[in-house]
Amino acid sequence: MTGIYEAMPLWVLMTSLVTALIIFTAGEPWHRLRPVINLVGASVKLALVGVMLWGVQLGHAFMVRIPLLPGLDIVLHADALTMLFVTLSAILWLATTIYAIAYLEHAPNRARFFGFFSLCVAATMGIASAGNLLTFFIFYEMLTLATWPLVVHRGVPKSMNAGRIYLQYTLGGGAVFLLGIALLYTLAGPSDFIAGGELLHLADEHAGALTLIFLLLVAGTGVKAALVPLHGWLPVAMAAPAPVSALLHAVAVVKAGAFGIVRIVYDVFGIELMALLDLGTPLAVIASVTIIYGSLLAIRQTDLKRRLAYSTVSQVSYITLGVALGSPLASIGGLVHLVHQGLTKITLFFCAGAYAETHGIHRIDELDGIGRRMPWTTAMLTLGALGMIGVPPLAGFVSKWYLGLGAVAAEQYWIIAVLLASTVLNAIYFLPLLHRAWFRPPRQGEADPGEAHPGLLGPTLFTGLAAVGTGLFAGFGWSPLAWVEVIVTREYTP
Amino acid sequence: MTEWVPVLVVFVPFLAGVVQFMAGRRVIAWWPVLASVATVAVSLWLTFAVAAGGGIEHFMGGWQPPLGIALRADGLATVMILLTAVVGGLVSVYALEAHGTGDPRASHFWALWLMLWGSLNALFLSADLFNIYVTLELVTLAAIPLVLLAGPEKTVTAALRYLQFALFGSLLYLAGVALTYGLAGSLDLALVGPALTDGGITGAVAATCMVVGLLVKAAVFPFHVWLPAAHGGAPAAVSAILSALVVKAAVYLLLRLWTGPLAGLADGLVAQLMGALGAAAILYGSIQAFRQERLKLVVAYSTVAQLGYMLLFFPMAVAQAWEGAVYHGLSHGVAKAALFLAAGNVLVYLGHDRVRDLKGLDRSLSVSLLAFGIAGVSIMGLPPSGGFIAKWLLLRASLETGQWWWAVVLISGGLLAAAYIFRVLRYAFLQAPDRPPATTGPIPPPIMALPATLLALLAIALGFTAAPLLALLGGLPEGTG
Repeated sequence: MTGIYEAMPLWVLMTSLVTALIIFTAGEPWHRLRPVINLVGASVKLALVGVMLWGVQLGHAFMVRIPLLPGLDIVLHADALTMLFVTLSAILWLATTIYAIAYLEHAPNRARFFGFFSLCVAATMGIASAGNLLTFFIFYEMLTLATWPLVVHRGVPKSMNAGRIYLQYTLGGGAVFLLGIALLYTLAGPSDFIAGGELLHLADEHAGALTLIFLLLVAGTGVKAALVPLHGWLPVAMAAPAPVSALLHAVAVVKAGAFGIVRIVYDVFGIELMALLDLGTPLAVIASVTIIYGSLLAIRQTDLKRRLAYSTVSQVSYITLGVALGSPLASIGGLVHLVHQGLTKITLFFCAGAYAETHGIHRIDELDGIGRRMPWTTAMLTLGALGMIGVPPLAGFVSKWYLGLGAVAAEQYWIIAVLLASTVLNAIYFLPLLHRAWFRPPRQGEADPGEAHPGLLGPTLFTGLAAVGTGLFAGFGWSPLAWVEVIVTREYTP
Repeated sequence: MTEWVPVLVVFVPFLAGVVQFMAGRRVIAWWPVLASVATVAVSLWLTFAVAAGGGIEHFMGGWQPPLGIALRADGLATVMILLTAVVGGLVSVYALEAHGTGDPRASHFWALWLMLWGSLNALFLSADLFNIYVTLELVTLAAIPLVLLAGPEKTVTAALRYLQFALFGSLLYLAGVALTYGLAGSLDLALVGPALTDGGITGAVAATCMVVGLLVKAAVFPFHVWLPAAHGGAPAAVSAILSALVVKAAVYLLLRLWTGPLAGLADGLVAQLMGALGAAAILYGSIQAFRQERLKLVVAYSTVAQLGYMLLFFPMAVAQAWEGAVYHGLSHGVAKAALFLAAGNVLVYLGHDRVRDLKGLDRSLSVSLLAFGIAGVSIMGLPPSGGFIAKWLLLRASLETGQWWWAVVLISGGLLAAAYIFRVLRYAFLQAPDRPPATTGPIPPPIMALPATLLALLAIALGFTAAPLLALLGGLPEGTG
């Protein structure tokens, strides 16, 4: 019998799951009470995550094991890496919920939307606290299924098409991933996530099989992490409503993929085995290609959300790059980018949604003079864009700095070139936005001021300032950076 | 007392059906309710008795085989009876509203269904080849008139074709039984094995006749041609019973014979051929399901595909494949019944089930549609669901026996299933321009929506109950593989 306190990961997951079930059961007529249920759910979860964070800090062990079959368990646990992702999603769930309530105020099918939205967050929690590959897979597929109704929410042929492409990629990825897990179980038996992995003893005899399994697993997670050439679904999925794009691209889906890669590298294969099989460099090359290619495509986009989407393709691969390099400093840069990119990108998507909802602005050339009309939103857009480019002391800079240091430590100097190129490209596709917004005059007849609805602006300000804060106060004890340093120290200390 | 439970499991529903038939319209309205509740109760009793004390054997009239008739409730028979009770019970609830009670049509439905229920249970409990033949015929003869209840003018062609195939299958099977009797001088499943194995060419022919006969009855590719029209045309409750239980009874017999009397004959090449038929069924059935224009035909072709998974047991023949195949049977049973009942609700509400015209459906029929989606998760073999557990077990079996090609089939089958399930949901999620869809019927009441939802949730719950159910099933029978 597991203690109630020890089972915290389960309760955190349940808060989102129960919220989803209540919303589904209550249905559309309860539209007045629904925001309350949603906000209570998100707040309770944040509180529970706070308790768990405190517990993990003190070294308490959280673990729930639910046997499905002999040798096949669902394991939920909470280590430092879990908490990094869980805390980020708990905070952003609350912010996005507030935003979404305001954004969809008069839209149809809100019960369905918020139900699946909560289900998505529950799946993300499961992914974060998964204690073995099978559990990870279960929630990974649940995330796919729960996201589909959100992508197609508008119910127009365009979003249906987006949903189809989304499923083709993600279910295909899931299938490949499942094959990888089944092969791994057949080769090595069931195993929990454990720092360094437990496969090293198989390296001599089964190097080929292990490489194949690694390839299958990374291909499976790489779909959601939008590694080139598996990124095609992400820009198309922009047909979804803005809060979905925000949550999908900042937290749930792409991060689930990137997080999966982190788990596979650190806790299934382990750094030593990665080096032995020489798997790190190819992964770093793929990540670098994605970084450059995503940025190049972002430049060509004229639609604001699509430009942000390609920017995501590029930015999320920093995480993969960081863990692939196999040096502690690069790992710090990669992992901390999980939080930094999350906060920054969600701010940018919130801004894009606010523009679309307030003034019907979708294309980049419509942004002229928007800074005068929506100064606060545009200020946040500016902070987000500068953060993405990596202007010091904003969050993006911290990530890139550590990645660069890590590349030097690993003697992979070409990475520095990738980082520099990426920074230049980021500037090329972000600075024109800022120029248009602040320095171009508004178009004729569109000069009326009009800031976004407070329900949209509030969460934007919160995440925007949080992104700035994580950069500015990176040196303090409770910052994401400090937390990541703890994780990496544990990972690299045998 | 416990040794009488198998008898009750057979005769309670069967006699209730006979009473309903004799009394016709005069029977009191709650007779079907009473009969269904009693049948579910004795089935659960049997399940708990077997789970607690192991298999139960009953000799009718006290006569031992080969003179008498034995009813044998082992793990496999018990899980099938449990499946029949769960699906049958919930479908009965649905039928209370869909078919009503008291009028002549309703009387036909209940008489036939209760007799079918009893015959199915008898089939699962039969311990000799000839009783299996008798129960198989009873099942068929009760099932075909049920198809006609949709209105003879619509389904008579389908029902006749079903009848032709079923009779052909029975004849082949019976020929096999006769040859076996000539060789072994007995028909008891536990006794005829050695004689068949040593029977040379006659033994091989006997086995082939029985197996092919059952393949026809099970609608295994390429003998599936009768199934889609019959299952797609029948009333929803009947489609659910046929797809979830009746075709599975024939697959059950294949598993039973293969791991019993035919174990000595199971040759590697033949086993691979059976697996190939399964694989062909999975791929062909799924592609056809994707191409259908009518919702119920989508679901019917899905049955053709899903039955194929159970056949993958034969080439692998290890413990995990055995568990996976049977668990797939259970999961598919509840999930498929949910799909058919949900499709039935669509038909009631819209008056048609054209996939392309489901637009805007999810606003008015969200519960049934949710049931369709949830059951679809299990059909696709995605976690957490019974379908996933089954797929995982089969996947592990294929990799462990080094037959990786079945793993490829399993994975592709899951993706194809996703394609046809999501195709339906895609049309249903399309927003109707302004107004709700032009309907001809009322929104089905909760008594019709809930059984579908419960069955769908059970398919998910099966993702967590594998350990006790597989313990009840027991391992791969000895002497196989």
